[in-house]
Amino acid sequence: MRRRRARSVAGTILSLALTLLGLLLVTFIIGRVMPIDPVLKVVGDRATQAQYDAAYIAMGLDQPLVVQFLTYIGDVLRGDFGRSISTGQPVSADIARVFPATLELATLGTLIGVVMGVPLGVIAAARRGGIIDQVARVVALVGYSMPIFWLGLMGLLIFYGMLGWVGGPGRQGILYDGMVPNVTGMVLVDSLIAGDWPAFQDAFSHIILPASLLGYYSLAYISRMTRSFMLEQLSQEYITTARVKGLSERAVIWRHALGNIAIPLVTVIALSFGSLLEGSVLTEIIFSWPGLGSYITRGLLSGDMNAVLGGTVVVGACFVVLNLLSDILYRFLDPRST
Amino acid sequence: MTFHLTSRAVLLASALAFAPAAFAETPADTLVVAHTIDDIISLDPAQSFEFSGNDVNNNTYDRLVDFDPLDPEAGFQPSLAESWEVSEDGLSITFTLREDATFHSGNPVRAQDAAWSLQRAVKLDKTPAFILTQFGFTAENVDQMITFEGNTLTLTMDKPYAPSFVLNCLTANIASVVDMETVMANEADGDLGNGWLNTNEAGSGAYVLAAWRPNEQVQLTAYEDYWQGAPTMKRVIVRNVAESSAQRLLLEQGDIDVARNLTPTDVESIASVEGVTIQDEPRGRILYMGLNQKDELLSNPAVVEAMKHLVDYEGITSSFLKGQFVTHQSFLPRGYLGALDETPWTYDIEKARQILTDAGIEGGTITTRVRDLREYIDVAQTLQAAMGQVGLTLEIEQMTGAQVLDAYRAREVPIFLGEWGPDYSDPNTNAATFAYNPDNSDEAAAVGLLAWRNAYEVPAEMNEATVAATLEQDTDTRAAMYQDIQRQYQAEAPIVPLFQRIEQVGMGDGVQNWWSGGAISSVMYRQVTKGE
Repeated sequence: MRRRRARSVAGTILSLALTLLGLLLVTFIIGRVMPIDPVLKVVGDRATQAQYDAAYIAMGLDQPLVVQFLTYIGDVLRGDFGRSISTGQPVSADIARVFPATLELATLGTLIGVVMGVPLGVIAAARRGGIIDQVARVVALVGYSMPIFWLGLMGLLIFYGMLGWVGGPGRQGILYDGMVPNVTGMVLVDSLIAGDWPAFQDAFSHIILPASLLGYYSLAYISRMTRSFMLEQLSQEYITTARVKGLSERAVIWRHALGNIAIPLVTVIALSFGSLLEGSVLTEIIFSWPGLGSYITRGLLSGDMNAVLGGTVVVGACFVVLNLLSDILYRFLDPRST
Repeated sequence: MTFHLTSRAVLLASALAFAPAAFAETPADTLVVAHTIDDIISLDPAQSFEFSGNDVNNNTYDRLVDFDPLDPEAGFQPSLAESWEVSEDGLSITFTLREDATFHSGNPVRAQDAAWSLQRAVKLDKTPAFILTQFGFTAENVDQMITFEGNTLTLTMDKPYAPSFVLNCLTANIASVVDMETVMANEADGDLGNGWLNTNEAGSGAYVLAAWRPNEQVQLTAYEDYWQGAPTMKRVIVRNVAESSAQRLLLEQGDIDVARNLTPTDVESIASVEGVTIQDEPRGRILYMGLNQKDELLSNPAVVEAMKHLVDYEGITSSFLKGQFVTHQSFLPRGYLGALDETPWTYDIEKARQILTDAGIEGGTITTRVRDLREYIDVAQTLQAAMGQVGLTLEIEQMTGAQVLDAYRAREVPIFLGEWGPDYSDPNTNAATFAYNPDNSDEAAAVGLLAWRNAYEVPAEMNEATVAATLEQDTDTRAAMYQDIQRQYQAEAPIVPLFQRIEQVGMGDGVQNWWSGGAISSVMYRQVTKGE
């Protein structure tokens, strides 16, 4: 039994590794056919033809595509993602800097989405057609139709500009920036590790608005999914049975029904988390949040393929990890597997 | 249970959010600037050629000669060089260096360091190297052409260039003096320390580079032993804030002192806010229209002439480019030696139509490529409407900046709309790109020259005049020569300067003596103070 499970996990990992390789190949090819010249980004507008040629060769662009790709994969396997042409730094160093910023933001955003979205969805389903259900519907509708940059700007204007309740753009106030020793790269965590309470407050006041914004979007999705899963469960026979047996409505809904939708819900949450990791670009730009989303976008616009490929690997790896985690959780939550 | 925990968490969260501690004003001895600084690729002065990189270099390094940020009009002033003397044949200049300057490492600044820095820049041959190599230096000869003895340094050139030309070039970033011993201690694979200097600094400037996080932040701290006295601002923090509206909010809240990328809309709405001022500073960038001579229609002189009257100069600068550009119709920006302030062209549809009719041109279509920046697109659309009125059709393709540049360097943009920033503070910088093109063939691949990119075959006498102006020893005569070239250029060239950039800097009330670098240089922080 255990061996079979181990084998299936190994199989999953292998297929995910292949997925990742395919993803890299596609990104690589797109990068090479993209009508943007990365050499120009390095040497600039004023370079002579000779300087241009020198940089072209130094970047290995004179090699055949296949050789370039194989060289790249070889380097990646040795942990070398090359140098970013838009920051001049090794891509791995760049990512080590930007990824924790995104991870922190996406985690808090998902947390907010789950903590508020799941109960909202459950209550909306239990009191179908009631006030909370209506509210949930409006919340979801607004979440789907309102452009995130607009909400972000409004949020900044109101909560930072007018009320002064939260910190402004950026991850920290200037007094705290770079003051807490970098351990995980996540400022909230690092300031707790350092026991620096004011730094934590400062970081929290900066992250709460963008995280709420992302949380709102994931809430809209999670609550809607929760509601429809719940409705499906509530029409099942075992619920009627439970009610007939005299179980309290609270126990029926929160224990039995919710327990049964836990598995699909995990997938929904994992998906939502994954999309926050890769898709919070606009939020990052509005809030001057130095994260992975804006890093990849900037790389794409300047033809900085090492940055784009490196970022893609990380996002891809995140999905792999999330998939594995939800897989494991499945087994853990699925009553049939115990 | 779940609910209980959640409500406590929410309470805790809101208590934190209300905590006022984090939102104090910036500290009195710290200058906080919001700017888009995502263009920094390298901090090595021999390589850095982007605006933000130069901004950092200008504060961490000194040069032999420099501008006085409190009196930029005065032009180049002694800096690490106390004085200089031009040899009688005009071929060499000998600089005497001051002896009280030290690098951030504590090493004294010697003539040897200065000579080595210039030699190094020539040998590395990165993009900005031409600013030095135009005086005849090559990797092979530079050790003989740039020499030192004691505290003097001698530059020997291949021609007797105008001293103002040479000295102006020595104010450029690439002429920064680096600490030879520190750099060579960090050399790898014979790179003359280039790899290390990309992310580190070894200068003698007023500020020490404390931290650089790409796309995030640059932190500078005052160099207390600076030979011109330690600067008042002990810390300078430049934060990358991409959005104008975010910069505006930060400034209104007092979280930053200076906002450098405000849109006209934000400038307008912030101007009335108490405690905030807007400072206008003309920059060196020229927004121009290049009419590619490879295009059959555009190579007709009548079309070129007509196009100059199809730009709504006043309409554009008073509407969407409001406050950020002024009309300027010659290739030398105001602030440069010999810059011409005359504006011979006016927006005149009738005149344009007449010119075209006289030449027997009855319409035509031009497809062009424009960078997807709001202001360029707006200018292009205004032009499109005006051209439509005289029977010319302009089709606009939008592209990213990198794509347009690529096509432009391949001479494939029929009507180019974009900006050109001077490379150094001498008039030759723009004369040599706008009005000089000795070989217009495709094979010449003179991609650095705007004239070549637009396939403009510069007349022989204009080429000669541009070269002659670099050799004229008398500065007033030299200025007059550039004015002549600009007048001739206005009369016939198919590259049409339209506007000059104005930087509108938003500042907290207390900030004094801010200087973004004007038309000729980069930002300087050492003279900045913050009052109450």
